[in-house]
Amino acid sequence: MTANRVLGSRLTVLVAASFVSLLAHAAPSDPYPSTYAAATAAPVLIHGATVLTGTGERLEDTDILLKDGVIAAIGPHLAAPEGATLVDARGRTVTPGIIDIHSHLGVYPSPAVSSLSDGNEATAPVTANVWAEHSIWPNDPGFERAVEGGVTSLEILPGSANLIGGRGVVVKNVPAVTYQAMKFPGAPHGLKMACGENPKRVYGGHNQAPSTRMGNVAGYRAQWIEAKDYLRDQADYEAKIRAGGKEAQDAKPPKRDLRLETLAGALKGDIRVQIHCYRADEMATMIDMSKEFGFHISAFHHATEAYKIANRLAENGICAAMWADWWGFKMESFDGIQENIALVDAAPNGCAIVHSDSEEGIQRLNQEAAKALARGRAMGLDIPAERAVGWITLNPAKALGIADRTGSLELGKMADVVVWNRDPFSSYALTEQVYIDGALQFDRAHPHTTPRSDFLLGQPALRGEAP
Amino acid sequence: MKHALTLLVTALSLPVGTQADTTVYQHAHVVTANGLSQTDASVVITDGRVRAIGNTVQIPAGAHVVDLQGHWITPALFGGVGALGVIEISGEHDTNDGSLNLGSVRPEFDPALAFNPDSEPVEIARVEGVGFALLASHPDGHIDGGNVIAGVADIVTLDGATPQAPTALVVELGHGGAALAGENRAAAFLVLTDAFEEARHPPRPGEPRRLTDAGRATLNQVLAGKLPVLFNVDRASDIRAVLRFAAAQKIRAIIGGGAEAWRVARELAAAKVPVIIDPLEALPADFDRLATTLENGARLERAGVTVAFSLRSDSPHEARKLRQGAGNAVAHGMSWNKAFAAITTVPASIFAAGPAFGGIAVGEKANLVVWTADPLEVTSLVEAAWLNGESRSLATRQTALRDRYLDKLRHGAAR
Repeated sequence: MTANRVLGSRLTVLVAASFVSLLAHAAPSDPYPSTYAAATAAPVLIHGATVLTGTGERLEDTDILLKDGVIAAIGPHLAAPEGATLVDARGRTVTPGIIDIHSHLGVYPSPAVSSLSDGNEATAPVTANVWAEHSIWPNDPGFERAVEGGVTSLEILPGSANLIGGRGVVVKNVPAVTYQAMKFPGAPHGLKMACGENPKRVYGGHNQAPSTRMGNVAGYRAQWIEAKDYLRDQADYEAKIRAGGKEAQDAKPPKRDLRLETLAGALKGDIRVQIHCYRADEMATMIDMSKEFGFHISAFHHATEAYKIANRLAENGICAAMWADWWGFKMESFDGIQENIALVDAAPNGCAIVHSDSEEGIQRLNQEAAKALARGRAMGLDIPAERAVGWITLNPAKALGIADRTGSLELGKMADVVVWNRDPFSSYALTEQVYIDGALQFDRAHPHTTPRSDFLLGQPALRGEAP
Repeated sequence: MKHALTLLVTALSLPVGTQADTTVYQHAHVVTANGLSQTDASVVITDGRVRAIGNTVQIPAGAHVVDLQGHWITPALFGGVGALGVIEISGEHDTNDGSLNLGSVRPEFDPALAFNPDSEPVEIARVEGVGFALLASHPDGHIDGGNVIAGVADIVTLDGATPQAPTALVVELGHGGAALAGENRAAAFLVLTDAFEEARHPPRPGEPRRLTDAGRATLNQVLAGKLPVLFNVDRASDIRAVLRFAAAQKIRAIIGGGAEAWRVARELAAAKVPVIIDPLEALPADFDRLATTLENGARLERAGVTVAFSLRSDSPHEARKLRQGAGNAVAHGMSWNKAFAAITTVPASIFAAGPAFGGIAVGEKANLVVWTADPLEVTSLVEAAWLNGESRSLATRQTALRDRYLDKLRHGAAR
């Protein structure tokens, strides 16, 4: 089964599930809805670029027209509509906007003061009831550094202290006063789970379950059992309502439970399961668990041992989101190798993603992908740049359930586009322009004279005199 | 997508360990010192020593000649300031000697005694072109009691050798120092001043003392100008306080961290105080670093400040990433030569790593690296690494894992 097919079937499930929840008494699909509105912008004609589409294609000397927030045309010698801004991109490379599937921007912002440290609700091993978006500080200066690095969308997740940490949210990387104004319209939520050392260390340290890996697994399973019961109770209630008459009159809806709502959403397929998991054997356990309870794992994150089970991941339609070279900071990352990403990519139907989990790494995911590319090629794999760019664009979009809207340069998709000053797979590559929904969000030739973040605005320290 | 799953041998075929009597690299782009380059040059290594560098060299009979076809040769790189060789796995307490929780002021504390040349991170750094690093312990900010003076630091070389002698004293200031000195950054200077005062005027028997005899001896080396002091400090006002303190005490200062150093650039240049910055740092990670910018290096260079690089994280596993940082400094306005010197010549010089490090010099033991291309480019890879006159194996535990699972993948058996 290919990743595409799995993702396709997920979409069907999602539509069906939303229909059921409308019928039932359940919570509105999103009580904290997106208020994102794309900035209005004149059409932009990017001229004469080398285009890496994100779908594996490379187009030389190509024009791209951004209009009404979408990619309106791609091809040679496009005519500029009236009022269009012309961008001379000869000698430049154009890619889709970068998507980081694993970020804690806003929930662990800069400055890293305790008052803003809101990424881990480490008070109980299962906090499926919390939503990362309720912790986001939109003033995190990390967002503007990330857009300078070409990041147009990102998933902000709770931390990994807990077995089940809560919901993650996908945002567009635009300046905003509220997180709702960043929230990617229609993107499914993520469910953050964590394998291994972190949960057992955090809770074992308090002499509380889990303190072992077997405790971890028992902990997840107990939750899924409850979630299945919750779904069954809901189905029973809905059946009674449908039956009508006295049975319907006497029917009592199951008590609303935020934790079980989230887990049920994951079982139904309208919340994407994103699992922090390093070791190959633990990933295999999680795959078995997903089959035991009937949910799909969207991606394993960090996955430093994904290369050991690259075939198994691909066969199960599961992506691996990885670092290029992090290793050894804990026992479960000791077998990290720099070829991990390229090996996952090399498996038939493999889905490799380069992620950051870092306010530094998110600024240069192109370089992280470049390192992985170089290691793959040195190993003898034939990896063209137009394929590797998918690791930071289309593949994360697929794993987030937004690939029908963004992640590649295709007609009708969101005009999330980066113009690079050169081949982006380089230490020396810089973004020149970054567009989100067709609006210019960063222009290196005309950098913002004031910080985007309210926090940095007017700070005396920034008034230093540069020599 | 089909891939040819064949393993290329990227390492140049050289005898490992026992070098051929003479190896000649021809047609190389050679960087000698301070980032200065020669194109289409040769390097001659005989009995482990560099015998000649240049466009026209004599090739001894029987020499092993390697045509590099424009590939690069550079000095072995600096791995930064941190815990390389004293941490195996950061999260495993028993393998981690990177931090120090001593409650007393012990300037003589020397982390070199914990250095393990067989550590896996050392091997990984070595095969990525790192040849030397500064070993410094990290005072644990959660423990009260006066590790403002964090002990001495040592140059460690990744050739299996035992560290020679301390090359700096390390002092923690700013909010990190405050945590170690009664929660007040000014009190960190109190601890320092008291310590140097006691070193100058040893207490008589019966008088109160904070230092051991060895501790006073270490501080007297500083006062005698034999040891510089690496002050870990970021905020512009704290850097100015260090410059005043160093001038008053007549000690040689080096600024480590230096996120806001660009704001003090002229004063640092005038005082000839070098700065070690993290070239990837771009965010106000705390209130000491509000003015952090990727242009720190470029601005310091323009002001004439001597700059070296180290990643902020003291994780020994990231030593190989420092060259990427140098490349990013170039992208943000620093000259290539100064950025390269910041991971070679400058740290070797300010920490007295000796003449065989930081450059490639005729007559010295070979500590050099052959690269596919410019080492500041993330896509460049190591093809050969010479340390202490020997060409080192590029095989590691990580390449063994790679080979094992590449083979499984080839058979559809990575499951």
